[in-house]
Amino acid sequence: MPPPRKAPRTIENTREADETIAQPDDGELHAEDATDEFSAHFNHEITPQLLITSSRWCSTITIKFIAELLKVLPNAHYYKRGSYEIKQIVKYAKNRNFTAIIIVHDNRKDPNGMLIICLPEGPTAHFKLSSLVLSKKIKGHGKPTSHLPELILNNFTTRIGHRVGRMMASLFPQQPNFRGRRVVTFHNQRDFIFFRHHRYIFEDKEASAKLKKGASKESDKKGDKPRKVPIISRLQECGPRFTLKLLSLQNGTFDTKFGEYEWVHKADMDTSRRRFFM
Amino acid sequence: MTPPRPPPLLSLEFDMQHDEVIWQVINHNHCSFKARTQTQNFCRNVYNVTGLCNRSSCPLANSRYATIREHDGTLYLYMKSIERAHTPKELWERVKLPRNYAKALEIIDKYLEFWPKFLVHKNKQRLTKMTQYLIRKRKLALKVREKLVTMPAKQVKREARREAKAEVAAVLDKAIEKELLQRLQSGTYGDIYNFPLKEYQQALDMEELEEEQEEEEEEEEQPAVEYVEYEMEDEEELEDFLPRELHVGKLSSVQEDEDVGDDFEDGVKTTAGKRTALLLDKDASSTFPKKRKKKAHVEIEYEGEPEDMQQRLL
Repeated sequence: MPPPRKAPRTIENTREADETIAQPDDGELHAEDATDEFSAHFNHEITPQLLITSSRWCSTITIKFIAELLKVLPNAHYYKRGSYEIKQIVKYAKNRNFTAIIIVHDNRKDPNGMLIICLPEGPTAHFKLSSLVLSKKIKGHGKPTSHLPELILNNFTTRIGHRVGRMMASLFPQQPNFRGRRVVTFHNQRDFIFFRHHRYIFEDKEASAKLKKGASKESDKKGDKPRKVPIISRLQECGPRFTLKLLSLQNGTFDTKFGEYEWVHKADMDTSRRRFFM
Repeated sequence: MTPPRPPPLLSLEFDMQHDEVIWQVINHNHCSFKARTQTQNFCRNVYNVTGLCNRSSCPLANSRYATIREHDGTLYLYMKSIERAHTPKELWERVKLPRNYAKALEIIDKYLEFWPKFLVHKNKQRLTKMTQYLIRKRKLALKVREKLVTMPAKQVKREARREAKAEVAAVLDKAIEKELLQRLQSGTYGDIYNFPLKEYQQALDMEELEEEQEEEEEEEEQPAVEYVEYEMEDEEELEDFLPRELHVGKLSSVQEDEDVGDDFEDGVKTTAGKRTALLLDKDASSTFPKKRKKKAHVEIEYEGEPEDMQQRLL
């Protein structure tokens, strides 16, 4: 008799040990959550107001991308960048009670960076943005409604990851409208944060199979009514779709000269493919 | 500040230095500072006052020469003269120029008072140019500018590769669907959905049961109603059902005035008495003409009945 089959080795389950991985019973983490910059948002004290802008010279693709971001993010407003410095924008946004600034950078007509500055004191995160697909390019994409979306944050395990996850959550209003059946996902896998935007629906497995095959099986289904039917969820992507990778996380608002960095990506961190930070 | 020196003697110049010989060599043979272009020759020597390669502005072939140089944002006027040609260590005399452009010009005028007009003019031109670029430099230093960083092709490719693999490993659609189902099962969505189906069926069954019960109750009620109607028609046993009959009358009156209704709840006989008494009062008081009109209609309808009934009862 053959021995029982072992679970295959993957990069995820052979990941290098990280002592900062958050445990559910971590009192320190809970205490931090209660007092950090996002606690006001999670206590329903403020609703997010976002200011979105681009880099100083941006391409039409970046503008299109920002237009799609505006559809995804509730309470987001686009401002033309002009020749303003980031620090000036931060000051302006603070005075107008914005809760976050998103700046999309591009290089050679290709959006390649995203800067998220939480206000008024919140951290500043710089992400590399890659593999952007606008919704028009997604096959069979759906049109999102204006309902408030719900959020899925997957695999933000370490302290840094937890913080980034909270930051992402703070961009969206706290009470989603579940009837809109809209879901926004930030899925972290191997330090890459995959952004997806879907509409979904719950269905009987049989009903959906019937829809696909046509009404051929209808006759034999009529007999037994109360049989247990598995429920599945189906997705329709609305777009856009992109990937973020954290480059630096800075305490306080944007300040490259005197700012205090909580975490910075360095080249020597890439030496092992089994070491992850989020 | 030292006073300007007198111009050197011509004879000395010819004895000590051989400017013409040097220029012949530089011009026709080789000079390591010379930068040749198609139209013009330039000079790379830091002491050159114009940057051009020609006889008058060559710092090597002129034993008397003046120029301006910059060290860390400050300008200095450099002068060399034939008297110090034998000590290369002290060949150049250096004077610091003030930041103020006009004052700097004055100093140049003062030190180069008896110098060839060409050198004075070129030095002043150079001063203008350098003052302007220093101002521009200070301005730019204050400005916030983007810093360009390199994107090593190797790293970019590696990241793209790892990202593609991570996306495969993530199985995003499955992960999202799983999370949504989990939320559905944990009751995040409240009563929006009729899932899970089993519970929904149970709920449906419960509703059906309730409906059946209601129907049964209705069936039970119907004969009772019929019975009452039957009794109502029977005039002999009217006594027993008198209150109910009155109740019906009361309902009709309540629609018009609620004050009337309160009086009826005590009982038929007493209310009737009270009613008349009240009426008498109202007639006496002149403050109720409107209300009385409204109520008169009710009372006529009502008073007729109980009196009849009282008579009958009596």
